Amino acid sequence: MHAVSFRNIAKDFPIGDDRVRVLHDCSADIALGQMTMLVGPSGCGKTTLISILSGILTASEGEVTVLGQSLTRMRDHHKVLLRRERIGFIFQQYNLLPALTAAENAAMPLMAAGMKLPEAAERARAILDGIGMQGQGDKLPRQLSGGQQQRVAIARALVHNPGLIVCDEPTAALDAATGKAVMAILRDIANDPGRAVLVVTHDNRIYNFADRILEMSDGRLIGDFAPDAFQH
Amino acid sequence: MRDVALKMLLGDRAKYIGLIFGVTFATLLMAQQVSIFTGIMSRTANAITSVREAEIWVMDPRVRYVDEVEPMRPVELSNVRSVAGVEWAVPHYKGLATVRLPDGMTQQVQLIGVDDVSLVGLCTDMIAGQRDVVRDPQSAVIDRNGFLFVWPQGDFATAKPLELNDNRLTVRGVCNTQPTFLTFPILYVTYDAAMEMTPPQRNKLPFILVKGRAGQSPEALAKRITQQTGLQALTTSQFQWRSINYYLERTGIPINFGITIALGAIIGAAITAQTFYIFVVENLKQFAAMKAVGVTNGQLLQIVLTQAGLVGVIGYGLGIGFTALFFFVTKDAPALQGFRLYGEIMAGTAIAIAVIILASILFSLGKVFRLDPAVVFRG
Repeated sequence: MHAVSFRNIAKDFPIGDDRVRVLHDCSADIALGQMTMLVGPSGCGKTTLISILSGILTASEGEVTVLGQSLTRMRDHHKVLLRRERIGFIFQQYNLLPALTAAENAAMPLMAAGMKLPEAAERARAILDGIGMQGQGDKLPRQLSGGQQQRVAIARALVHNPGLIVCDEPTAALDAATGKAVMAILRDIANDPGRAVLVVTHDNRIYNFADRILEMSDGRLIGDFAPDAFQH
Repeated sequence: MRDVALKMLLGDRAKYIGLIFGVTFATLLMAQQVSIFTGIMSRTANAITSVREAEIWVMDPRVRYVDEVEPMRPVELSNVRSVAGVEWAVPHYKGLATVRLPDGMTQQVQLIGVDDVSLVGLCTDMIAGQRDVVRDPQSAVIDRNGFLFVWPQGDFATAKPLELNDNRLTVRGVCNTQPTFLTFPILYVTYDAAMEMTPPQRNKLPFILVKGRAGQSPEALAKRITQQTGLQALTTSQFQWRSINYYLERTGIPINFGITIALGAIIGAAITAQTFYIFVVENLKQFAAMKAVGVTNGQLLQIVLTQAGLVGVIGYGLGIGFTALFFFVTKDAPALQGFRLYGEIMAGTAIAIAVIILASILFSLGKVFRLDPAVVFRG
């Protein structure tokens, strides 16, 4: 089973009375146990595509299957549940709640699923310990460095044991060394045969962490490469 | 998610305090102004409600409120006494008079002439002297606030000489009574003494106080008195509301207070709504991230309602507390004596505050519900 399968995906956005097509006929499969990178220049449609693949946006045309479930006719509420239970997210700007501690932030998907805060935070703390954040669970985001905050975001993406991890520019706000450390964690996660990691990036310093690179341009998937074969 | 809601709210201390301030301010302004308004309106009828022995007030049909005097013929007292079901009926004088003090200064007073035999109409809570002193036609009882107004140094126990229309009168008793709308001192004498001391005129009987026999409905008896005598007979409650309604309809008091109360509600709502809106808008990215990771709109609603509920309860509690403290501190001030924070006002304010908060969060919730979680991917 593929983690994600999408066929002939198109997406239109209304602009005034017109509709503008930003994705054209995109098709690919994302394998489990791999890190797949989606690369391309700004504005090429990467963010729109991962929004569709993670059930946040709905495709105007085409079929999407995530972890065996078709998103094409899935109701919005069920997409929310799918995201909550089977998809983990890592954002460029971390998007941590400033009033919650690292462990509480990481516990968010569990709390959304109904788990009480103390129990959820305890489980999140174990994940944080596993990614080099021992003893940092009670700190607030403002007390953490950028790299540490991104690790909290990684813990948040892992805490509910999802099959698909979607990362949006996970190293964009980090320096090179910290970015590589974060990517090393994600690389370990991708080695799990039950998980797929999909990374959107245009940071060419991290391409070597990928198993596979999908290149986009002007709303189209224009290439499918092994990292060492990708010319940038 | 309740824990998350509270941590989000308490984590942003400045806005948390701002929100509580808005609700506290609105609560304080509404509860305090409504209480003062209610107190003032009650004062318009205190001259009626303070005569607890009487069930029915009988007066000329043209009388619209308690401070309006249309004298009746003396024979009307006998006519009322002859109505079936009347246990007793006594005359009650109420009018304005001017007294001269020993130093030559004059002072306008509310002169109350109570029944010579039963003393019905005389205040009961004496703080100096005895009620019986008014049986002496040259003695009077005065209300505490009036005494302090005329003789600010106090000394309730010492008799105070006065002159009323060239009649010597000595204040020998002081009592507590509910202040009336007119702020003049209240001077109690017997009805006969009042007749002697006030300028002569053909008719001087303003009110007849009536008590019905046991088991007799005051409303039915009042109707019977009206039918048989042609006079206006009202139960205490009916006359109280008739007087209050007169002031409500004929003075600018309710409009004035209404404007203040509305302004309090509007300003409180504006502060609360604006702060809440800013609070939500500044957290939109976080709300979007929460939606992206699977937090439902229902859970976001729970978060916002929990935050609003906490702010509402604390703000309302503080506002009511400050209002109660205000009335406690000012309870002895003559201007505010008898003003209370009634349970009904607290309940009404709670409803108004709940509406303000719900209206405030409606603005914000629309933005949260329409929020596209995809914004978290836009750098």
